[in-house]
Order: sequence, then C-alpha cells, then structure tokens
Amino acid sequence: MTSLSVVSSSITQGEQGASRFDGRPATRDPAALKGLILASSMAFFAMFLLLPLVAVFAEALRKGWAAYGAALWDPDALSAVRLTLLAAAIAVPLNLVFGVAAAWAIAKFTFPGKQLLTTLIDLPFSVSPVVVGLIYVLVFGVQGWFGSWLAEHDLKVIFAVPGIVLATIFVTFPFVARELIPLMQAQGKEEEEAAVVLGARGWQVFWHVTLPNIKWGLLYGVILCNARAMGEFGAVSVVSGHIRGLTNTLPLHVEILYNEYQFAAAFAVASLLALLALVTLGLKVWVESRSGRPKPGNSQSASNSNLFEAISP
Amino acid sequence: MLPGFGLTLGVTVFYLALIVLVPLSAVFAKAAGLGWDGFVAAVTAPRVVASYKLSFGASLIAAAINSVFGLLLAWTLVRYRFPGKRLVDALIDLPFALPTAVAGIALTALYAPNGWLGRLLEPLGVQVAFGPLGVLVALVFIGVPFVVRTVQPILEDLEVELEEAAASLGASRGQTFRHVILPVLVPALLTGFALAFARAVGEYGSVIFIAGNIPLVSEITPLMIITKLEQFDYAGATAIAVVMLVFSFVLLLIINALQAWSSWQTGRAR
Repeated sequence: MTSLSVVSSSITQGEQGASRFDGRPATRDPAALKGLILASSMAFFAMFLLLPLVAVFAEALRKGWAAYGAALWDPDALSAVRLTLLAAAIAVPLNLVFGVAAAWAIAKFTFPGKQLLTTLIDLPFSVSPVVVGLIYVLVFGVQGWFGSWLAEHDLKVIFAVPGIVLATIFVTFPFVARELIPLMQAQGKEEEEAAVVLGARGWQVFWHVTLPNIKWGLLYGVILCNARAMGEFGAVSVVSGHIRGLTNTLPLHVEILYNEYQFAAAFAVASLLALLALVTLGLKVWVESRSGRPKPGNSQSASNSNLFEAISP
Repeated sequence: MLPGFGLTLGVTVFYLALIVLVPLSAVFAKAAGLGWDGFVAAVTAPRVVASYKLSFGASLIAAAINSVFGLLLAWTLVRYRFPGKRLVDALIDLPFALPTAVAGIALTALYAPNGWLGRLLEPLGVQVAFGPLGVLVALVFIGVPFVVRTVQPILEDLEVELEEAAASLGASRGQTFRHVILPVLVPALLTGFALAFARAVGEYGSVIFIAGNIPLVSEITPLMIITKLEQFDYAGATAIAVVMLVFSFVLLLIINALQAWSSWQTGRAR
C-alpha cells in the first residue's frame, strides 16, 4: 500500500516471486543480459546509496573513537539533541491527533468538499522546505503580520524554539493522516456501527474497535513522521537563526560544524542521524511484516499514492 | 449514525487552516504588495533566471537518470535472486529516511576531489563537487526511491502468462519487452519521473553542501530565497516562492492525473 509494503512483500514473497520469473523459459532473461542489468543496477545502488551511508560512518571515525565521543558529548551537540527531541515530541503527537481526526472524518463520513480536503492535507508535501520557513517568517517575523504584536509582548517565534516547532509540524503534517485515510476507508464502518448499536459510546468505539484495527498503520505513520521531524533541515534552517546551544537542531548543528571545517565532528553528529535513519528503515520493515499489508498493486492505486509522503525534501 | 463527525471535521479544518492555509496565504498577500512590475523584476533577475535553469534542468536530468536506473533496480529486485537482496530492497528508501543535510555532506565527502569517488574522477578532468554536476548527483540521490517504488509493484503484478503468450507467438525477448511489458509500465514510470522531478526542484539540504553555490553557475532556486532573506529582501524572496509554489501545485495536479491513469492502466492490464 505504501512504498514500504513493497519491501515487506519482497521479503515475504520475494524469493518465490523471483523464481516465478526465473523458472520459466519465456520470462527468464539471457545470462548475459541478466549479468548486465544486475551489474549496472548494483553499481548505481553502490554509488548513490551504499557509499554515502558508509562514508558517513567512515568520516565520523576518521579521528578515532575519542574524537567521536567528544563531538557527541559536546554541550552544543547535547543541546541540539534536546531541541531535536523536543520539536519531535511536540510535532509528532499533534500530527498524530490531527491524523486520526482527519481520517475519522474523511473515512467514516461523506460530506461536500471531501476530495478537496484530502488534497489540501497533502499540500505540505509539495511545498519546498525553504518556502515553509519563509511563510512563517512572513507571519511571525519582525516585519510580518504578527511581528509588532509579538515584539510588544516580548514574544519570539522566529529565530526561537516556537518557530522551529511550527516548521517541523508543517513538514510532517500529512504523514499520519495519509497513512490512516486509505486504511480506514478500506476497513469501512460496519464494525463501528455494530458497536454503536450494541450501546458503545464514541470513545469506547474508538478505543476498542477502531484503534486495534489501525494500530499498525498508525505506528507506521508515526515512524515516518518522527524520522522527518528529527531530520528536517531546510524549513528549520530558515526560522532558526542558528544560535548555538539555543536554536540548533541536530541537522543544523551538522551544518555549523561542517561550515567551520570540523569535518570529523560534523560527521560524528551526522552518524547519529544516519543511525536514526537505519533504525527507521528497520522499524518500517518490521511493521510491514507484522501488519500483513495486502500485496502491493492489489489495493486501489496502491503502488504510489503514498509516495507523496516523501515528495518534499 | 457514527458519533464524532462534527468534532473530528472541526479539528481537521481548524488545524489545517492554522498550520498550512493561513501561513501559505501570507506568501500570496506579500507578493501582491509588490505590484506586477516589482514582481516581474524580482522573478526575472539574471541570477534568479540562472537558478531556474539549473534547478529545473538538473531536476529533469536527475529524474531521467532515476527513471532508467530505477527501472533497472526494480527489475533486478523483482526478477532476480542474489545475495543481499533484502538489504538492497530496504536501503532503496534510504533517501526518504536520511536527513538531507547528512546526505549532503556525505555526497560532498565522496565526490570532493580528495574523496573516494572524486579521486577517481579527477584524473579524467571531471569535477563533480562544488559545481553543477554536484547538484545533479545530490538530486539523483534524493530521487532514487520514487521510480523504484512506483514501478516495482507493477512489475510484481505482471502476469507471467502475458510474456509466455508473446513468446509462444514468436516474439523475441526484446519485442516482448517493448510491446508487452513497457506499455504497462509507462504510467508508473511517468509518475515516478514526475515525483522525483517535483521533489528535486524543491530540494535544499542535500544540494547546498555539494553545489559550491557559485552565483550564475551553481545556485539553485531555493538558495535564491535564502539569499534574499539574508539580505532582508522579504518581497523578493516571496516573489520567487510564489513561482515555486505555483509550479509545484501544477505538478501536483499532473501527478494526480498520472496516478489515476496508472491505476486505470494496471486495472485494465489485469
């Protein structure tokens, strides 16, 4: 159903799937052609995916484990870790609640403008992260709509933590909703209606009927949402002001160190984020295998609708 | 008869307006204050035009490269058995999961003149990092998953019998691919291409480290917005943002249409 369901299906059915083609003369590629395709695709994979990943860890450890530890234990790095965790801890739950509410309204009811609403929820994925930062500067910056009001009340949004949190919420806005809407639409509303007939109240229906049905999709959306929240660079960069120890998230700290030519330290901090990415990919595969998603392609427009999840940088 | 419609729809619309719609409208309000002549002047300055050429040109080429290699990767993952296949399949999504700043410095380290790959390319007179080629490399990286993940499920669903029928009717492998397999893949390939292109045009984090950011040579359009902001030229930054927003909205509509075509086509093929 999403990009990752492809992963799981290849894992559970991949070998069998490959032999489906490899075992028959009509679909078996000649050995020379197979070798050529395999070699060029793996060369591309190595050059563009594997080597950059290896390079992060190699560069991080270039000056040894002591320097690696020192870069991570640095007070500015630790405060960047704290701010990154804080932004994610606010953005992810908010977008989770929003995602569940949006999916409930869209999947369980019909109302005019539903299609438009669904499209608008996707909108943040097609906005360049730099533009995301810019819109909040225009609203909350010194010259912005609320700029003078904020200044009068001694409040700071831009070049401060609230701006970073807002930008993070924007770029991770659709993740949970995009995951839950098709899932809850596919499940229909018969089970919930039965619960209501049997006398369950609204929240009881949600906790005991809906939630068990959507928990894996929910977890999947949260994992993707969290990865993006912790890794966002462009949008956060515009609104942060890059104040060390105050408004630096981990990706921004990587940038500062790198621009100061502290390459080993920059890559040390970057390796933390690379580990986060690897954990995210591992969790995605795990959730996929647990949730037993339908084989990709069998569900409606399955293959690519959710690729929007990652459309914006 | 289910409860909660008013509450959930209210929360959804309120939150959407608060976080997305109202702030986005600020861009158009600010740009309107610029007046038509001011707007045109801002979005057609030579440095800005040079950035469009690079951003759109490099994004198109990157999406084309991703279409070719994405198809090869999807083909490899669906049709062949080889050691490490699961790992390769899982790592295809790395560009979705790896923060762009990390990707940016890693690619720069690899392709810089003293890097693992840059060292091999330098004797050939090819300088990748700190120039337009570096922009291309970064955009190829972030676009990898799109074509693979759109084409892969279609390839998996392909009926073996189709190819057997073609073979039994005397078609060569090449003919079967051109006339039987490729037509089914075209909508998915185009969708993947458009998604990779859309993503590449807006990309910032992975590009700025490797681009070198030389005015008129290797500045991308999102960087022009940042540059204007740093000069406190908010109106100028906003004007460029409007161009980018309108472009991505149009692309969003095209992608929606392509996806509808894709599911219609695969529905028919089955």
